[in-house]
Amino acid sequence: MIDVSSLTIDKVHEHLVCGDFSVKELVDACLSQGRKHASLNAYLEIYGDIEGEIKRAQREIDTKKEKADVLTGIPLAIKDNILVEEKKISCGSKILEGYSATYDAHVIAELKKRGVIFLGRTNMDEFAMGSSTENSAFGTTKNPYDEKRVAGGSSGGSAAVVSFSGALGALGSDTGGSIRQPAAFCGVVGLKSTYGSVSRNGLVALASSLDQIGPFAKNVGDTRILFNAISSYDPKDSTSYNEKTRKKMRLDVSSKKKIGVPRHLFKEGVDEDVLANFEETLSSFKSIGYEIVDIELPSSEFALSAYYIILPAEASSNLARFDGVRFGLHKNGNDMIGDYGATRGEGFGIEVRRRILLGTYVLSAGYYDAYYNKAIAVREKISEEFLEAFESVDVIMTPTTPTPAFKIGEKTENPLAMYLSDIFTVSSNITGTPALSVPSGFVERDGKKLPVALQIMAPHFGEEELFKIGCEYEGLRDTKDGIIK
Amino acid sequence: MDKENVFKLADLAHIEISDTEAEKLVRDLSSIVEYVSHLQEVSGVEALEKKVGAFHNIMREDENPHDSGIYTEKLLNEAPEREGDYIKVKKIL
Repeated sequence: MIDVSSLTIDKVHEHLVCGDFSVKELVDACLSQGRKHASLNAYLEIYGDIEGEIKRAQREIDTKKEKADVLTGIPLAIKDNILVEEKKISCGSKILEGYSATYDAHVIAELKKRGVIFLGRTNMDEFAMGSSTENSAFGTTKNPYDEKRVAGGSSGGSAAVVSFSGALGALGSDTGGSIRQPAAFCGVVGLKSTYGSVSRNGLVALASSLDQIGPFAKNVGDTRILFNAISSYDPKDSTSYNEKTRKKMRLDVSSKKKIGVPRHLFKEGVDEDVLANFEETLSSFKSIGYEIVDIELPSSEFALSAYYIILPAEASSNLARFDGVRFGLHKNGNDMIGDYGATRGEGFGIEVRRRILLGTYVLSAGYYDAYYNKAIAVREKISEEFLEAFESVDVIMTPTTPTPAFKIGEKTENPLAMYLSDIFTVSSNITGTPALSVPSGFVERDGKKLPVALQIMAPHFGEEELFKIGCEYEGLRDTKDGIIK
Repeated sequence: MDKENVFKLADLAHIEISDTEAEKLVRDLSSIVEYVSHLQEVSGVEALEKKVGAFHNIMREDENPHDSGIYTEKLLNEAPEREGDYIKVKKIL
């Protein structure tokens, strides 16, 4: 059996082309990792009928050899809120019981064209509401580095799968940190790209003005390959940018070699070891010629507050479609309206109900101005400050998360404490700018090594800058350290 | 935020909740609302244009429809209850 734990997409492509192993052997190796780590509950379903895709990919490689697409035959895992035609999809919720997708999401169609093999769907917090995958109706996903701890969320399943090589990469969705935070907790790379760079068509919506689909991978190079494969313009998503506008929005990328650090945001609530690791990271950037500049993003202190108004407001409206009439679960009440209440009461878990009620509250007459309108004004202010900061620095850096992975159950009784784990990630969703989480080493807890990560943020459509700096950073580290076998 | 409020919101959102759950929601929602109320401290944003997103009124011509009925079975098969080519629901009026 091939050892997939140290294999990345670009290396695998070479092996496939040279015939060192077949697509079937590669898929079997990933699935065997999946079985070995089944107790982590990362996969919700492994697709049983992929023989045809495997054969097609193998034929393609055999005929085209080195001209074959780098993604042909590459096994990926997909978060359970992205539609794959004729496959089940649950969004980690009971309310979609029995539902199968009726079409492919744009990103899935793009990857199918390239010959990607979809291995299965991954666990997530119900409707992507959560930071620990504890809110899934199908059980918690455990952290590959310590089973007593969470994998992070909401895309915890995808992060864990990539961490133990149950696939070579995965897709997730990021509304306030749902790719970057679990990537940090599981020691893999995760990208939330510029809002509008990846089509949301076929992603079950949480908060439409914040959601982005994005990749998980073992290194920055693979992340770049996956991002480039899914980031095409799609007329079916009205917020998707066409190529012309993307080019226009891209700032002059002549590097100033300056990194901005908003230290005022780390005054409290950040773990000492995480902070020490972050300072060490900054020193390594200094050693390769970067200047570290203190920057102020005063309104970012309010980003999480604005986020927890905008998100529930949009979610309460998006989730109105789950009413037990057209698809999914149906529960009987006394009348038509009673059916809605019974279906939604039983079908939605507690966190989803909580956020729908919160959204209903902030949008109700008399509160709308004080909450929702204030939040979107603050959102504009935060965006202005970010763009101003990017005039003097290339990128902004923070730790991805204020702490390493926390214990299962530690924050379930206190929703607010759970929300605070997204404190560094929400800003780039609020501003629509891209952010990359890259593993930055380990801290020790209860005798276990837990991954921590660096977040690099760039201006709109600055993904290439993120990949460049991310790769430079990987070159400074021993990336073989701590690989899950 | 009190229990009556919470039941009112649940009613508006068409979500049935139990009495014990309503009590817990009073506590949860109160603490979240208290936290997000920090926003009131931000001043000087009133003049900012209140808009969400960079795009407005993205439209397309209503043309080239797909053949009538090609998705009907696929979509109706997902409905919890159907009768012929209709989705069946309880009497509304």
